[in-house]
Amino acid sequence: MVPRRGQGHHHFMSHRNFIWICLLPLVVVTAAFFLLPMAQLLAVGAGGSRGVSAYLAIITEPRYRATLINTVVLAAATTIATLVIATIAGLFLQRHRFPGRAVLIAMLTFPLAFPGVVVGFLIILLAGRQGLIGAITAAVTGEKVVFAYSIFGLFLGYLYFSIPRVILTVMAAVQKLDIGLEEAARSLGASPWAVQRDVVLPALGPAFVASGAIAFATAMGAFGTAFTLATNIDVLPMLIYTEFTLAANFAISAALSIGLGVIAWAILALARSMSGGAVAAAG
Amino acid sequence: MSGIAGHGAAVHIENCGKTFPDGTQALAPASLDIVSGETLVLLGPSGCGKTTMLRIIAGLETPDAGGRVLFDRTDMTAVPIEQRHVGMVFQSYALFPNMTVAENIGYGLKIRGVDKAARAARVAEMVALTNIGGLENRRIDQLSGGQRQRVALARAVAVRPRVLLLDEPLTALDASLRDRLRSELNSLLRSLGITAIYVTHDQAEAMELGDRIVVMRKGAIAQIGTPREIYFAPQNRFVAEFVGAANIVEGPVSGGRLTLPGGWLALNDAADNAAAVAMIRPETIGIVAEADAFLRGMVESVAFIGDRQRLVVTGAANKPLTVDAPNTINVRAGERVGLSVTPQAVRVLPKED
Ligand SMILES: Nc1ncnc2c1ncn2[C@@H]1O[C@H](COP(=O)(O)OP(=O)(O)OP(=O)(O)O)[C@@H](O)[C@H]1O
Ligand SMILES: [Mg+2]
Repeated sequence: MVPRRGQGHHHFMSHRNFIWICLLPLVVVTAAFFLLPMAQLLAVGAGGSRGVSAYLAIITEPRYRATLINTVVLAAATTIATLVIATIAGLFLQRHRFPGRAVLIAMLTFPLAFPGVVVGFLIILLAGRQGLIGAITAAVTGEKVVFAYSIFGLFLGYLYFSIPRVILTVMAAVQKLDIGLEEAARSLGASPWAVQRDVVLPALGPAFVASGAIAFATAMGAFGTAFTLATNIDVLPMLIYTEFTLAANFAISAALSIGLGVIAWAILALARSMSGGAVAAAG
Repeated sequence: MSGIAGHGAAVHIENCGKTFPDGTQALAPASLDIVSGETLVLLGPSGCGKTTMLRIIAGLETPDAGGRVLFDRTDMTAVPIEQRHVGMVFQSYALFPNMTVAENIGYGLKIRGVDKAARAARVAEMVALTNIGGLENRRIDQLSGGQRQRVALARAVAVRPRVLLLDEPLTALDASLRDRLRSELNSLLRSLGITAIYVTHDQAEAMELGDRIVVMRKGAIAQIGTPREIYFAPQNRFVAEFVGAANIVEGPVSGGRLTLPGGWLALNDAADNAAAVAMIRPETIGIVAEADAFLRGMVESVAFIGDRQRLVVTGAANKPLTVDAPNTINVRAGERVGLSVTPQAVRVLPKED
């Protein structure tokens, strides 16, 4: 009896050890590339002349606060506009077969791999001082319209960025929709609009939350586009960059980085909990 | 009829065929008449076009040019489904996952602008009718298959549809539940007096529910008739074999007699024919003493089923005959027996190519 129990115990231990050994690389990678720099960032943020209160500067300092509001509003506007455009386009593209459809999808998702710099460049080509829109408006109205360097140019650039990502998610979700649900709603007398409102949009809820979160987070942290456009409005990533490279203000840039992360995370958590009921019911 | 179900429309289908864009002809042009208040069953093997026919009636599919669908003599062919006032029950139930049971049942009324109080009353009526009391506030994913089926039915009936369309509503359920719901559904359809079109590939379901059955095969109508007509007087071999068990025998007919390897059978007014095909149901064959019969054979096997015993008799016809005998008679494998079949029980079928 005794040796057998000992053997069983030994076996149990080695099984557990095995799992730990498998998890070890994950633990090491997480610690090395994730937790350590993050902890370092936290420490740097609190290590400046302001101390821990540096973390509040993002709210208390008027210039930082204005930038924060700019960034959040811009990211939110981008997310909403992207969801609206990508949903309409995704529904249409998934439900209709027409010549050139594949090319259109390819074009819409083409900017997927573009870095922010290229997107910024595209916006300058479109709405910059020598841009297409400027040339057309100058010819038609005699007044040259240039908005590449305004918040609207930045907004347009962010759309370029997020639409391809969201469109793909929406198309995948539309493909999974049960056509029977729409037919059932129609049989009960629902007009095409009512079907969209009562059946399609609720069923797409989880896809909206998932892809909207990515669009929002990407827009909050996007840097390349803003940098290329050298915009006259400040966004948080640009502010962090200036504090870091020009002012060499490590503590503030670290605290702002943490603030950016926390606020983006909090807004996403809020959005998710608000849509929680609908998402759970649709799932 | 204006009570719990509303008025059931008479449905007239005229030359409705369906060819899909990829060239598949799912349905050859067919015509059908469905009487107000009748339950018509579309029966046939998988892929024969039952769902396509149902979807044409619903307005989810447009028939090929020349086809027309009429409700109470009004042409509905160009009317979209949302204005046809039909109720549909799908095989997958298609219940809205973002709504409760009560919201599902009330959805059609809400869309039609029925006020809240009237809606609640009608939902309560439907809940009672379909026996789902207590589930009103559940979400759909908290229901069993049978409960979902009832909700789907309640939702379709709640709007007092002119025609109720059901596409294999019981197929997804397990066998015992299916049997129970089948008889419930049967009494419900009878008591509502609603016009119903019911699609199934299960012949027992078709027999029990249908006032009339349309047997379909490869996109065409093989026969239309009452369950009794379909069973006892199939018009072709396909119907004979698809509905119930059937012995198909072949032999020459002359002078009102069908000659078989083991003797002959008397027929009712059959024309002479060098190679006739006939159907005999297993339960219409009687086992008698060999000496008393004009048709004889040897019992190859006996399977006792309980309420009857199923014999296989060889040597009588060109193929072994299946005979359902009473459970009281005593026969053994290897025994020679006589077979008695009344002339009415032998159904001569048209020759097929
Ligand atoms: N949208 C479509 N495009 C092309 N062919 C189709 C389409 N829908 C159905 N078919 C074909 O039409 C034929 C009839 O289909 P239908 O769904 O009406 O059959 P069914 O009798 O309902 O079969 P089941 O019992 O399997 O549901 C089948 O061969 C099917 O493959
Ligand atoms: Mg079908």
